[in-house]
Amino acid sequence: MTAAWPTRAGGAVLITAAVPLALLALWQAAVSAGAASPLVLPAPAEVLTALRDMLGDGTLTAGLGISLRRAATGFAVGALAGLGLGALMGLSGVADAALRPLFMGLLNVPVLAWIPLLMIPLGIGETLKYVAISIAAFSATLLHTTRALRQVPPALIEVGTIYRLTWQQRLVHILLPAAFPGVFTGLRLGLTQAWQSLVVVELVASTDGIGYLSVWARQMFRLDQMFAVMIVIGLVGFALDRVLRAAETRLARQWGGA
Amino acid sequence: MGGGVNAAARLARPASALLAPVLLIAAWQAAISLGLADGGIWASPAAVVRAAREAVAEGDLAGDLLASLQRDLAGLALGIPLGLATGLALGLSRAAGRLFNPSLTAIRQVALFSWVPVISVWLGNDEPAKIAFIAFAVFFPVMLATQQGVRGVDPKYLEVAVILNMRPSQTLRAIILPAALPAALSGIHLALIYGWLATIGAEYLFSAGPGIGSELMTARAQFRMDQVIVGMLLIAGIGMMFTQAAGAAERRLLRARGLA
Repeated sequence: MTAAWPTRAGGAVLITAAVPLALLALWQAAVSAGAASPLVLPAPAEVLTALRDMLGDGTLTAGLGISLRRAATGFAVGALAGLGLGALMGLSGVADAALRPLFMGLLNVPVLAWIPLLMIPLGIGETLKYVAISIAAFSATLLHTTRALRQVPPALIEVGTIYRLTWQQRLVHILLPAAFPGVFTGLRLGLTQAWQSLVVVELVASTDGIGYLSVWARQMFRLDQMFAVMIVIGLVGFALDRVLRAAETRLARQWGGA
Repeated sequence: MGGGVNAAARLARPASALLAPVLLIAAWQAAISLGLADGGIWASPAAVVRAAREAVAEGDLAGDLLASLQRDLAGLALGIPLGLATGLALGLSRAAGRLFNPSLTAIRQVALFSWVPVISVWLGNDEPAKIAFIAFAVFFPVMLATQQGVRGVDPKYLEVAVILNMRPSQTLRAIILPAALPAALSGIHLALIYGWLATIGAEYLFSAGPGIGSELMTARAQFRMDQVIVGMLLIAGIGMMFTQAAGAAERRLLRARGLA
């Protein structure tokens, strides 16, 4: 499609790139001309150098590795718990009536507010991060799984009744495909929120990881490193979201869901 | 609800709704009373109630709450108009959207709280930095929603404007703004939620001062779990109130304009 309109597509890319490039040029020029102190705003070239240095000496990869492990573990635990409980509450009216008020009440407590409470028994160790991140993943997954299963159209469920499907057949052939898009949205939001919570918990209480690198750079007044870390945080967040969006589209197509 | 719901089921609902929370609180109290959990670390429900009563009696809580709400309000007052104006401009002008959206999208990718260290370098650690951070947090949802709202105006309405020979300012006032209102309102709704979280986060991460977030961190440092839980419940309660109030205001405004 784009190949048929080479000039137009090229023009769009140029326009899209114009402002960021102009900003970068202006930024670099301002710092080079001495209009902005590198202590307040490091030049783009310095940020790139910092990024290369931190990648070269391994600080960035080590910090990112620690953070990704925390995010992955916390997300896995939280999402599994959210899926399990969400399935229970979505499929059983009794469980829903009994548990909904408690959990929907608890979901109103933001992860941010859990952190000080968790720090009392857990300190600032690894467990704190896992628990905080898993709460973030749990909330989004639980909410969307329950809702997706509750909102399966009654007409589809009636089809199962008419065909006298067994309980398992109904689950596999009707409920899961119908609820799939909603459940996956929950997982994707859960991952995004797990990443955001990771950054928060590493800023508030940590001695390593990517968030802490930023705190440390702040203390050293290394703005070049701070910006480099922010670029990495942004890229990871973007990549996580993109990968899950792509998976969502592909899986939805495969399952025949909408 | 249909009329077929019988009285017994209606009575059973609140009862079963309360069952799990009541059981949890009872088990929590029992674990501490029986010495199964260390009462020095885990505050019992009774201790939480006592801490809440003390905080109310001493007036600290009201002062902190007021400070946090003022801060939140200042951030909202700054961020929402900026978001509305930017969203409107980017929605109205396709060129402006093309030019600025990529940069704004890139900025939005970076997790919100990782801006805190940078803002602290630029604006210091006190009130201006906190308010700027809150404004920054609420700017994006409002800007995005408004932009989508303006973009999503039904072309048929715009044709009406052309047919009626309306001036651009008239088209804006009579067609675009009312049509974009629901989206802008949902952006403001989100902004209230983000703003409150950003307020608490700002109070954790910038300098300590009056505010619920700072108070929570102080209580944590003193291992006062009872006070921490009171603060936590308050944060959740305020957040819920914002959500409810925004939802109600949204519905009311839309209904008044015949949009919902």
